[in-house]
Amino acid sequence: MSRGAISARAPSLRRVVALTRKETWQILRDPSAIAVGVILPLLMLILFGYGLSFDIQRLPVALVVEHSSAETSGAVSALRLSRYFTVHPASTMAEAERLMARHQVSAILRFPPSFARDVARGDATLLVAVNATDANSARIASAYVKGAINTWQDREAKDARSAPEMPNIAVENRTWFNDANQSQWFLVPGVIVLVMTLIGALLTSLVIAREWERGTFEALFATPVRSGEILLSKILPYFVMGMLGLALSVIGSRALFGVPLRGSLWLLVAVSSLYLLVALGIGLVISSLTRSQFLANQITFVVTFLPATLLSGFIFDIRSMPIGAQAVTLVFPARYFVSALQTLFLAGDVWVVVLRDAAVLAVMAAILMGIAVKSTRKRIG
Amino acid sequence: MRFPTAAAPVEIRRVHKTFRRPSGETVKALAEISFEAQRHELTALVGPDGGGKTTLLRMIAGLVAPDAGAVSVLGIDACADPQSVQERIGYMPQRFGLYEDLTVQENLDLYADLHGVGRQARTDIYPRLLRMTALGPFTRRLAGALSGGMKQKLGLACTLVRAPELLLLDEPTVGVDPLSRKELWEIVRSLVRESALTVIVSTSYLDEAEFCDHTVALHLGEVLAQGAPQEIAARASGRVFMASATDGTPARSLQARLFRHPQVVDALPEAGRVRIVTRDAAPPSDDADGFSATFESTAARFEDGFMLLFRARAGEVRSTAIRLERALAGEAGEVAVEVRELLRTFGDFVAVDRVSFEVRRGEIYGLLGPNGAGKSTTFRMLCGLIPASGGQLRVAGADLRRARAEARAKLGYVAQKFSLYGDLSVDENLDFFASAYGLRGEKKRSRIGWAKAQFDLAAMASLPSAQLPGGYKQRLAMAAALLHEPEILFLDEATSGADPLARREFWSRIGALSQQGVTVIVTTHFMEEAEYCDRILIMDAGRALAEGAPQAIRARAPRREGREPTMEDAFIAVVEASRGRAQEAVQ
Repeated sequence: MSRGAISARAPSLRRVVALTRKETWQILRDPSAIAVGVILPLLMLILFGYGLSFDIQRLPVALVVEHSSAETSGAVSALRLSRYFTVHPASTMAEAERLMARHQVSAILRFPPSFARDVARGDATLLVAVNATDANSARIASAYVKGAINTWQDREAKDARSAPEMPNIAVENRTWFNDANQSQWFLVPGVIVLVMTLIGALLTSLVIAREWERGTFEALFATPVRSGEILLSKILPYFVMGMLGLALSVIGSRALFGVPLRGSLWLLVAVSSLYLLVALGIGLVISSLTRSQFLANQITFVVTFLPATLLSGFIFDIRSMPIGAQAVTLVFPARYFVSALQTLFLAGDVWVVVLRDAAVLAVMAAILMGIAVKSTRKRIG
Repeated sequence: MRFPTAAAPVEIRRVHKTFRRPSGETVKALAEISFEAQRHELTALVGPDGGGKTTLLRMIAGLVAPDAGAVSVLGIDACADPQSVQERIGYMPQRFGLYEDLTVQENLDLYADLHGVGRQARTDIYPRLLRMTALGPFTRRLAGALSGGMKQKLGLACTLVRAPELLLLDEPTVGVDPLSRKELWEIVRSLVRESALTVIVSTSYLDEAEFCDHTVALHLGEVLAQGAPQEIAARASGRVFMASATDGTPARSLQARLFRHPQVVDALPEAGRVRIVTRDAAPPSDDADGFSATFESTAARFEDGFMLLFRARAGEVRSTAIRLERALAGEAGEVAVEVRELLRTFGDFVAVDRVSFEVRRGEIYGLLGPNGAGKSTTFRMLCGLIPASGGQLRVAGADLRRARAEARAKLGYVAQKFSLYGDLSVDENLDFFASAYGLRGEKKRSRIGWAKAQFDLAAMASLPSAQLPGGYKQRLAMAAALLHEPEILFLDEATSGADPLARREFWSRIGALSQQGVTVIVTTHFMEEAEYCDRILIMDAGRALAEGAPQAIRARAPRREGREPTMEDAFIAVVEASRGRAQEAVQ
């Protein structure tokens, strides 16, 4: 027998390889792991990309022109030509209000009878009424209408070659970094956060809890294996899987929505690796504390997935949260990853931001892995 | 701590261990345990569940640290250096951690890698392990798709990939059919004999102790006695008798009467007679009841000695009489349950294959068979929990395929793990089940009162049912199933996990119920419990193999070495004969 042929005391590469291979087989044979690793990223990409959009196109607008003139028809045609609006002409304000009440239009734009005169005087006022039952859309709609009017004014000014004298309502409406003003560009990096959170924290916490529940750990513990080797064999396959999820999300977002990656790919991989380690650490710690799949699932969901969706700045801007909530977001790693991702995708290698986020993630990863190693002991009960 | 070398491979010295339950209270698992396991010997830890066997084995494997005391394994202090112990032992936990989504070969490879078994060594040991476990043809099958017995054998093979210096087996035969049980024991004994292994095995089957060199009898964390099985048996020698009724009393009634006799320590029905262990070396004298029986002295077994020790610790038999509130309608001898060509398929898999039988009013009818034989599936169809795929089912005069609710009102069901609510108290459980059966107001109060009085549950009324001591859970489950005064009682593996005394009390109650006209259908994996039944049906692979009175079934086994065949021998003979025929049919 080969007893004593290899030093049993030292950590053994062979044991790590054997355990990692076992883990990989289990992933490949478990349809739910494939679902979380491959199908879910694609699903979320499509869901967030096509389903959830903060953009408005073909906004139905009622136009009330009470006294037609060259100025009004110019403005009207500017709106008509824009792909953001569908124009419904109305002869009176009362009619326009009726349209609004029936939800046939979302906004009313009223040119007062004195519009032409006012423009000439350099002090024109337009009424923009929006249906504010959906406050967010209302704000966007109002901004769009203002933007359209400004565009028209700019063009008028150029045509007249009398820019200095032209009346100007100084509405600065530029969209930085998201040139096409497509929320997909903003949302898709968020999908990467969700995918990594699911694979890293949820999947690992489930597989470890499963080993406790099925009693497979007891037999494993009574072999020469080290607890560090068990941990490593749990981290490696899910790390690879998380990285595949990343690749899938990046390729998918580019192919489907044309989301640019302005920063460097290597920096993206590096930051994502750090976040993945944090997520894996959370998964390992949770499962070694609960030892039950149901509890691990619930806790992981509340501790990682919900904050990654709601408190990371992925959907809701952190700056517009109450101060208290802003402070809470600092605890959650997803916040730093979202910030780094949005920077890398839409702005480029802004080192100040990315390095700061990466540093926070690195510290979190180190602490969590330390706890995981400490809490995984070869003991039953 | 250093231990002198050349000592016994395992030395346990005055070990204590308590656990804290999630609910807060502490449970004493081991108290002042000391024993040694000698080199090249088979040592057995024997006793009912909750005795501390698993904790002790885990301690030897370095997975649990004692609160006090010393554990020396192969000269190593297992508390201080568990890793070194784990380098050298093989440990097979009760639910061996097979990876069910890995194949037989992959499981073997994993454990070979973990134990550092080289390529060369594998070509030597794999064929031997596969031959020994008869798993050769199934190396590419997923472990999850193996039968219970095959899983246990694979677990054993994984533990043996590297010849360990010490082998620990925790209840290797629990939940395994008698055939696989026999095979597993043959493997273990040949390991000790031929490979000179040191083995410690735990078991709750008292008869298995006879296979071992040294036994440690455990109960509630304490050592009752230790020694060679013959020594334990010798404690009962001269006190064991076979009693036969001379007035035609059925063995079950005689057993129930003898079991309550003050001079009798243990009584079991066996081969149409009653095996008893007495307090003094003389047969019991007639008591007030008066019974006419003859007593024949017989050789003591390990189990007799164990029961003597056990009863000294466990105390008196509680009253097991049950009086129904009102007599059941119907005549004795009429058919209560009728099953014709019963069929149940799950996809391509035939779980129950055209099984037919009849149970008469007041009978105790046993369904016996290995795991996966179709017992539980048959049960669930009888209780109307799952529909049959074909055939006829009449329960208490109602056709289960049409009038399911009507039939259900007449039957009580005690599920395998007792469907009690662990967080609810005894009172609350009874209240819930009474309401679930549609009992209300005065009727409900009186039925709950009846159940608590009959099953002696009043003292435990406010205890959450999860914390009930052994035996009480069985009683509560049975009480709950009888609240609506059913005519037929179904009991699915109701005695598993109970200690020997609780099991005997349980059967006394069943006997009392049957005498008052309740029809009882049971499944059990304790073969000797078939002796309590009026008739039994042996099932294997979904088919009914043999039906009849226990004695008639027992007669099918050949006499071996001049001793009467046991129920288990008969079971094995019946199943082997049927499997042999199936094999011939294939060829």
